[in-house]
Amino acid sequence: MRVLKHPILGPLDRRREVKITVNGVVITAIEGEPIASALIAAGITTFRETRVLKEPRGYFCGIGLCSDCMMIVDGVPNVRTCITPVKEGMNIETQLGFERVQEDE
Amino acid sequence: MLTTDVAVIGSGVSGLLAAIEASKAGARVQLIDENARPGGQLFKQIHKFFGSRRHYAGIRGFDIGTRLLEAARDNGVEIMLNSSVFGVFGKEIGIMTGEGHVRWLKAEAIILCCGASEKVILFPGWTLPGVMGAGAAQTLINVHRVLPGTRFLMVGSGNVGLVVAYQLLQAGADVVAIVEALPRVGGWGVHASKLLRCGVPILVSHTIKEALGRGHVEAATITALDTKYRPVPGSERDFEVDVICLAVGLKPNLELPLMAGCETMVLEDLGGRVPVHDANMETTQEGIYVAGDCAGIEEASTAMESGRLAGTAAAEKLGYLSPEEAYDVKEEIRGVLDALREGPFGVERRRAKQLLTQRARTLRAHSNGGTPKWVKA
Repeated sequence: MRVLKHPILGPLDRRREVKITVNGVVITAIEGEPIASALIAAGITTFRETRVLKEPRGYFCGIGLCSDCMMIVDGVPNVRTCITPVKEGMNIETQLGFERVQEDE
Repeated sequence: MLTTDVAVIGSGVSGLLAAIEASKAGARVQLIDENARPGGQLFKQIHKFFGSRRHYAGIRGFDIGTRLLEAARDNGVEIMLNSSVFGVFGKEIGIMTGEGHVRWLKAEAIILCCGASEKVILFPGWTLPGVMGAGAAQTLINVHRVLPGTRFLMVGSGNVGLVVAYQLLQAGADVVAIVEALPRVGGWGVHASKLLRCGVPILVSHTIKEALGRGHVEAATITALDTKYRPVPGSERDFEVDVICLAVGLKPNLELPLMAGCETMVLEDLGGRVPVHDANMETTQEGIYVAGDCAGIEEASTAMESGRLAGTAAAEKLGYLSPEEAYDVKEEIRGVLDALREGPFGVERRRAKQLLTQRARTLRAHSNGGTPKWVKA
C-alpha cells in the first residue's frame, strides 16, 4: 500500500512509473525504488523459499544484510531486492533454495 | 588499481563527516557506499533532532542529510555509490560495483563507517514474512512511502521502537500495542507520551511469544513476564496484526573491521562486540579508523563527532594537518563527545569508551605492528 498523504512528507510526488514482471505477472513500480518496496506495494510478501524446509521468507532487515529478500532478477539469483533499484522491464522471480526458480503449477 | 589518500566506507552521518573533515584538511577522499543514494539512515529520520545547534537540533533528519551531502560535494569528496566493499586487505579495498565489476582501491588511511544492524529476538514464527526490523519498516514508510501492513505490533520500547511506532501512525497504520520486556519504558518520555496520547498501549513486562499465520503474519501472541523475565502462564493474549516490528537494539556491523584484523571486545553498553579503538578512533590496525555506530552504538550526534574525529586524525596521520593544528580540533571534538555522554544513558557509554581506549593502549604496547595473521606477507 502506497502512503499517498503524509503529515510531514506531504503528498506523494508523481514519479516515473515503470513496468516489471514478477513470476510472469506485470506490476507497476516506481523507477528507482528498491524491488522489495515495489513488491510490497503490490501485496507480494514472499520473496523466496528456504532450500530444505521450503519456508517462506520476505523483507526483514531492509539494509542488504540478512539475505531473506534474495530473488532471481533478470536470471541472476541471490539479488538483494531491498537495496536493488527497480528498472523498466525487470524480470523478477521467487527464488527456491539458493538459485532455483518457482516453476509454473 | 585506483588510489586515494583516505577511503571512507559507508556514507551515513559519521562517514559523511569523516570525509568532509579529511577533505577540508586537503586529503583526497573517496567515499564508498553500497546503496543507490548516500546518507545512510538519515533520510528515513523524519522527526526533528534534539540537542544543540551544532548537531542540527530542531531540523529533520532528511534535511540534515541533504546539507551534509552538499557539504561533502562542496569539499571535493568523491562518492562511489552502488558499490559494495567485500574486503579490506591491508590498505587495499575490494569493491564490487553495481555493474558487477571488481575494482581495487589503495588508500593511505581507511575510515570504516559501516554502521549497525538491528538485533533480533527469536520466537516461533519469527521468520514469517511480516516480521521485520523496526528500522526496515521505517525505511519502507518514510523513504519509499510503502506501508508493509495495516496493523502493527511493536516489540521494544526504546527510542527506535517509540519513534517508528509514531511514524507508523503518521503513515496511516494502526499500532495495536508496544510490548516491552523491561518493567519500564526504555526510551525517552517525550516519545512515549506522544504515543499514549494517540491511544497506543505500551505494555511493560510483556513480550512476544509467537507469530501466527500461514505464509504471512496474521496474529501475534504476547505474554506477561514476571520479575525474573519468565512468561506468566495463562497471561497470553492474541492480537490480530499483519506486521510485527522488532526494535530490540542495534549491534555494530563488524564484518569489515574483523576482516581488516581489528581487535574487538564485548561491551554491552555499546551494543555488544565492538572494534577496539583509541582516542583518535584508530583501531589496532595502524591507519584504519572506525566511526559512528560501527565503533559502538550511540546516537546521531555522537556519530557526527566521532566521524569528525576520525577524519581529522586520518588527515593528521597523512601529514595534511600538523600535530598542533590537529590537537586543537581533536580536543574540541573530544570535549563535545564528553558532554554528549553525560546523563543517565551517557555515563555507561562514556565508561565503555574509556575501556576501549585503555584496551587500545595495552594492545599497542604489546604489539609488534604488522598485518593480521591470516594475510600473507
